[in-house]
This record gives sequence, C-alpha cells and structure tokens, in this order.
Amino acid sequence: MVTEQQVWDALAEIPDPEIPVISLVDLGVIRSVDVSRDQVRVEFTPTFLGCPALEVMRDAMAERIAALGVQPDVQVISDDSWSTDRITPAGREKLRASGFAPPALRELGGPKLVQLQSNAFRCPYCGSQDTALENIFGPTPCRSVRYCRSCRQPFEQFKTI
Amino acid sequence: MNAQKLLELADDELILGWRNSEWTGIAPLLEEDVAFSSIAQNEIGHARAWYELAARELGTTADELAFDRQPDEYRCSTLVQLRLVPDWARTIARHCVYERSDQARIEALKQSEDAEVAGLAAKIDREEAYHRMHAEMWSERLKDEPRFSAALEELEPLFDVRDEHVPEFAALWEEMTMVRRSVAGATW
Repeated sequence: MVTEQQVWDALAEIPDPEIPVISLVDLGVIRSVDVSRDQVRVEFTPTFLGCPALEVMRDAMAERIAALGVQPDVQVISDDSWSTDRITPAGREKLRASGFAPPALRELGGPKLVQLQSNAFRCPYCGSQDTALENIFGPTPCRSVRYCRSCRQPFEQFKTI
Repeated sequence: MNAQKLLELADDELILGWRNSEWTGIAPLLEEDVAFSSIAQNEIGHARAWYELAARELGTTADELAFDRQPDEYRCSTLVQLRLVPDWARTIARHCVYERSDQARIEALKQSEDAEVAGLAAKIDREEAYHRMHAEMWSERLKDEPRFSAALEELEPLFDVRDEHVPEFAALWEEMTMVRRSVAGATW
C-alpha cells in the first residue's frame, strides 16, 4: 500500500515544465493528495488558466503515480485557491538562485502599477533595489521583465497573483 | 449560471484573444509584441475555462463550443470582433474599454451564488489585474492624443452590442475553425 508521503515525495521530483529549477510541490499547485486502497486522487490548480504546461503537468503527475503501482486520478481545479503566496520558501529561494526574482507576497496587497514602476523589487543577481520595470509581460504569463541599473542585468520577475 | 451567459463571456474572451494575437510579430514595440501575445494567451485560457462550464450544462465539450459552431451562433460583443490591426490608437482604446467593462462584469460574477462561477471569476480577476495595469499605462501615455480620444468615443458604446456580427467576423471564423472543419474532432 502506497502512503501519502510516498506520493508527495514522488510529486516533489516533477519539475515545473517552464521553470525546471522548481518542482510542482515547491510551486504549491498541488492542493491535496488522497490515498485510498488502489487509487490516488490529486487535486491540482493551474497557475495561470492559459498556461500551456497544464496538460504536461497533469500527465507527468499521472505517470509518477502510476509508477507507484496505483491508479492515478488527477483533477484540475479551476477555483481561486492558488496564488503566488503558495510557492514554498524553498521554492522562492530556488527561483532567486536561478535568476528569477520571486513574487512579492500577496499580504502586501494586490499588485498595483505604481508598485511595479517603483524600485520595490530586488535584483536576483546582485541584490540591488535599483531596478526598473521593462515590461509587465514576459516570456510566459507568470513573468514580468525588469532591469537592474546597478549590475546592468535584465531579469525576470515572477508576477504576484 | 445560464449557459447562454457563459457563452457570451467565453466568446468575448476567445475572439478578443484572437484579435490581440494578430499583433504578434508586428506590434510597434518589441515589448508590445510580447504584451499582446501574453494577453491573448490569458484571454484564450479564460475562454476555455468558461467554455468548460458551459459545455457541462450543454452536454458538449469546450472545443466543440469554441470551434464547431456556425458563425451566427457566436454571441461575442461587436467591440471584440473588430479587426483593428494596424491601428494602434484604436487597439489601445479597445483594450481600455474592454478591460474597464470586463472588470465590472467580473466583480459581479465574483458575487455569484454559483460557487464555481464565483471561484473562476476570482481566479481570472487576479490575471486581469495585469491587463488593467497595461491598459492604464497606455491610457496615461496616449491621453492627449486626439486619435486615441476619438477611438475611445467610437468604441465605448460597442461593448454591450451583440445583435449582429461585423463583416470582418466572417474571415476570423473561417480561419479560426479551419482545422476542425478540415479534420472533425481535431485536438491540439
């Protein structure tokens, strides 16, 4: 019989398809794992609804669970239960270490244009706060593009949602 | 929620997403190429989520609703049907008008008694916040530009107009549904 912890451990080995330095567990998209006799039900929330990696993530989870010898039942839940605050502290640090500035915490209030245009974001390379918004949008829906005036390096900022 | 209302929402987001994607590769700035492509991707993602809710009520699938209906069955607003490439002033004006009207609609949906509708509206609202910031930034930049003011005046009344299709909708439908009309049930 598979334990719930074995399932979480297996899911923690699945990289995010677009930012492979962090796992689906780090990303906080797995809402629950429910183990019954010969089936494992996983509830998972998309980050952005138009995320093209959705099917890839769902299939990767089903495959990992099947490899444990149980029947997977992966449910995609399109409610409002995911926000970037669900990214784990370890996930935030992995993002920063690979050049993505982690999202600002939602507890500071929802995002505002004046905030994005301010220097409230830190460069993941040199730590300077002298950074400027280059583009609200970036290479994937979850990222903005900023520029560090201190080390003159453009970098990607995970959007707060 | 009434399936016809869900289709209005989904059709608006799908067709606007399609129109926004027409700027991919040809926007006046590289940043806007990225922005309009990303906004298009979000809107089409929202359309899919609304179609999935409607599909359950109607006993069909999201793809069938999005791509297998006849042109006169689409319930989208006149505002989103207009082909505005290569007119940047009118494109930004539509973006501002749509985001403002859509914000009011989403706020109302967040209060829906249907928990699925309310939850989905709240999730969509988190993403739309960035579309609104983008519209706000451009509105500030163009506010003294007469072509932008004229476009706002022209487009503002069109969000609630749904009684007929503009002529250029036919070409959009032809292109958008081509794959499914060629290969029934195609998925991608």
